[in-house]
Amino acid sequence: MAVLKLQGIEVKGISCCVPPKIEYNRDITYLTAEEKEKFITVTGIEERRIAEDDVCASDLSLQASELLFEKLNWDKDSVELLVFVSQSADYTLPVTAAILQDRMGLSKKCLAFDVPLGCSGYVYGISIITGMMKSFNIKRGILIAGDTGNKLISKTDKSTHPLFGDAASATAFENTDSNETILFDLGTDGSGFESIIIRDGGSRNKATEASLQYNEYKPGVLRNNCQLSLNGMDVFSFGISQAPKTVNNLIDSFQINKDEIDYFVFHQANMMINKKITKKLKIPIEKVPYSLKEFGNTSSATIPLTIVKELKHQIEVENKKLLLCGFGVGLSWGTVILTLQKDIQLIYSEYV
Amino acid sequence: MEITTFLQNFADILDDTDATLVTAETDFRDLEEWDSMTALSLIAMVDEEYDVKLTGEDIKTSKTIQNLFEKVNSKV
Repeated sequence: MAVLKLQGIEVKGISCCVPPKIEYNRDITYLTAEEKEKFITVTGIEERRIAEDDVCASDLSLQASELLFEKLNWDKDSVELLVFVSQSADYTLPVTAAILQDRMGLSKKCLAFDVPLGCSGYVYGISIITGMMKSFNIKRGILIAGDTGNKLISKTDKSTHPLFGDAASATAFENTDSNETILFDLGTDGSGFESIIIRDGGSRNKATEASLQYNEYKPGVLRNNCQLSLNGMDVFSFGISQAPKTVNNLIDSFQINKDEIDYFVFHQANMMINKKITKKLKIPIEKVPYSLKEFGNTSSATIPLTIVKELKHQIEVENKKLLLCGFGVGLSWGTVILTLQKDIQLIYSEYV
Repeated sequence: MEITTFLQNFADILDDTDATLVTAETDFRDLEEWDSMTALSLIAMVDEEYDVKLTGEDIKTSKTIQNLFEKVNSKV
């Protein structure tokens, strides 16, 4: 496992944007009342935000970024790096980051590219952006992480539909020469690539007419091959075993005392997974915030969304040391320990 | 590892099923309460009690609780 350490880059702000439209899991018609309550108890997901058909992850990102630039009072020309972490790009090509560079009004000198990771994407994104800023002495960078997962799933597939919400985040980084360190543990297990997959539409299996035909894999699981397939049991098994490992690996490698960490923010996929992880790591539950209930699984946006919704007031009072851990599609995982300063901008908005 | 303890642990993940219905020969899919959420509880229980990673495939290829017990036992 790759354990990395970096100094001198600071987070200046995190801004999240969600669509205003709410879908309630209790309103789902294909589950019985009993099934719905059981689902909510296990997953913790009651509501999800759904983007309109003409709203993409890039649109949510644009609003999140605009609000962040405004609050930070950043001259857009000073932003030299834009990374778009998402699995819901505007087009197959070109990269959405290029479109966003123009829409955000960033300089043509800005480096911009996409990283198509999901649940581990926020932590990976932080490692990429801070690593590049440090190596190339880039002054300011913006990390976008988010998805409109609802465009990727079948609304008649109970194994995915009640889980995913739409959201995007923008995180601002600055090269400050401060002594604050950022620590990472990152890893991959591609043997599990089929656990979360969209089978058709890429180069391996091009989209054909057959790709759009719906198949009933089991009762309540009706989808086509251009839509997301999720092996819930395997992902669950992976989450409860891998997440504690990556956290422990990072903590042990740098001899961190768990008590030094103010909050542990885990990817929000399923309440039972996170409760298991918390228990295995012997972390006090009050140090583990959740945004699952209101937003469900928003892919790479779950961690920043949980921070702005659940930790804003705590961070604004005093600096907080956070451990962030993402795990999922790939299979891929990442854990980071960093400090958020109390003067940081934390913004939550609904898309208009 | 003992089948009796495994049966007890299995019965504990169920809320509304009489423990007498949970035997080694029971076809767990026939239990009224069994569904995909129960499967997650089973994976969690096996992880916690036996430190074993039970996969979707392990569950899919099992019919009885005895089959599940054997899969877990082979990984302990």
